[in-house]
Amino acid sequence: MSETDNPGGMPHATNNVTIELRGVHKWYGQFHVLKDINLAVNRGERIVICGPSGSGKSTMIRCINRLEEHQQGQIIVDGTELTDDVKHIDQVRKEVGMVFQHFNLFPHLTVLENCCLAPIWVRKLPRKEAEAAAMRYLEKVKIPEQAKKYPGQLSGGQQQRVAIARSLCMNPHVMLFDEPTSALDPEMIKEVLDTMIELAESGMTMLCVTHEMGFAKTVANRVIFMDAGEIIEENEPHEFFNNPQSDRTQLFLSQILQH
Amino acid sequence: MSVHTPHPDMPPPILNVGVLGWLRSNLFSSPLHSALSLFAIYLLYLTVPPMISWVFLEATWVGDSREACAGGGGACWVFVKVRINQFMYGFFPESEYWRINLAFGLLIVLAIPLFIKRFQSKGKLAIFILVVYPIITFQLFSGGNFGLTHVETSRWGGLSLTLILAGVGIVASLPLGIVLALGRRSKMPIVKSVSVVFIEFWRGVPLITVLFMSSVMLPLFLPEGTNFDKLLRAMIGIALFQSAYMAEVVRGGLAAIPKGQYEAAEALGLSYWKSMGLIILPQALKLVIPGIVNTFIALFKDTTLVLIIGLFDLLAIIQQAFADPDWLGYSIEGYVFAASIFWVFCFSMSRYSMSLEKKLHTGHAR
Repeated sequence: MSETDNPGGMPHATNNVTIELRGVHKWYGQFHVLKDINLAVNRGERIVICGPSGSGKSTMIRCINRLEEHQQGQIIVDGTELTDDVKHIDQVRKEVGMVFQHFNLFPHLTVLENCCLAPIWVRKLPRKEAEAAAMRYLEKVKIPEQAKKYPGQLSGGQQQRVAIARSLCMNPHVMLFDEPTSALDPEMIKEVLDTMIELAESGMTMLCVTHEMGFAKTVANRVIFMDAGEIIEENEPHEFFNNPQSDRTQLFLSQILQH
Repeated sequence: MSVHTPHPDMPPPILNVGVLGWLRSNLFSSPLHSALSLFAIYLLYLTVPPMISWVFLEATWVGDSREACAGGGGACWVFVKVRINQFMYGFFPESEYWRINLAFGLLIVLAIPLFIKRFQSKGKLAIFILVVYPIITFQLFSGGNFGLTHVETSRWGGLSLTLILAGVGIVASLPLGIVLALGRRSKMPIVKSVSVVFIEFWRGVPLITVLFMSSVMLPLFLPEGTNFDKLLRAMIGIALFQSAYMAEVVRGGLAAIPKGQYEAAEALGLSYWKSMGLIILPQALKLVIPGIVNTFIALFKDTTLVLIIGLFDLLAIIQQAFADPDWLGYSIEGYVFAASIFWVFCFSMSRYSMSLEKKLHTGHAR
């Protein structure tokens, strides 16, 4: 694969940090979901976050574009700190794309309109330009022929690829993936993963919450394992899978890799 | 080697298709259903023929006074014919009827392109109809400018008044209702509580009370000498009252939109108003079209209540007409006429809403 831009294993060595979480805590009512999360993500780095359900992995990446609020600590994206300031939030959201488990395409708009909406209304691009860019990205995810259809007419895998294209149309620096293949039939998982791998090869900074360990092994620079709101272990994939340090990680890996 | 010849298609059993099949599956599918069907047919036999004969066959259509109806056993449509101008235009001066005709004719002409598929700038036209057209209509009705004689609102009446009340009510209550619905779901405590109080207040009082308060009580609270039009007060009352109902209908639609839609809009960097206007409301409103039109129809019929504050809408003016000593005893004709006019308008609204639902359906599962 492409190891040219940022060889794995030395994430903290360069002074190229694009996302930084410092001592982040979050509670849902009494429930302590995130406990002292510290994480720095370099430009072009591809991180896979795994862990049992309820471990806070989705919550963590949803804090990065402020779909969830953190209550303590700092989150800094591209030099902008996320606070209650709406301007900062809008600034970060412009630069950070997100792909959801359930696609969340807009069912009343065609595929092309889904892709053009944010560039036109947020980036203020002229419609023609936005449409041309959208078609380029739809070609990249290999469904330009579906541009005039409505999301309800596409398969799950196609919908997720449209969702990826929709995010890319905003030209984000960072892409967040929240279990992008968990709602898909087995035969559609591959087409979405292929798209993600291609995206990774183009040098995009990616944070993926996923259970696809094959994907982690192929493209990740770093794998992060979370449990009960804490980052238990982080390592480059080869070490992580072959030589897990903590017994919790070992247990998790033994359970998901058995089959 | 044997050659397989496919069997020819045979006709289905005679009792399963065509008229017989339909009768069997819809009217006579079981003994109980057969009995109920026969009973219903008997009831129709009892009521429909006499009705048709009263309304059409034995009715009197020609003539211009009560005497024309003396012999006939059916309806006396002469009554409606003689009074039709009043029913349509109220007490508007006869020489100025053309102004009302022009106003409604203009609306029809302006609305036609909205139904033509290939017409491009529907949005601009709609804005024109909603913003500029009411000003033109007001000028035409009220006069006072451009050499038109001034006609006081107390002389407006009949169907034209009903349509004006309903039109203003509909045009004002939908946007107001949407704003209230968004307010009620807002995270800002003040906006939220103001919306809740407003909605619950207006839903909690009967429309009659609202109209009565607006016409009798309000002037008492206003400083001496300020006087604003009774019709205007009734319009405001109706609009605020219906907007509270509209708000609850719209809120139902907003609640039905999955959280993922809000999140996707936010994640793309759309601001609150943009995500509402472009993503949430188009879907939510489409979901509640039946409820919205239901409210419109209720509003249209509720306009008849303005008669208690002395405005002569269609129903009021018909009632006033059969109080005329010359035409005593023809109230049934009057009510049937009023009912059929109301029915035509309400039924068209209902059909339009159905066609709109069909058109906007994009075949989506999410």
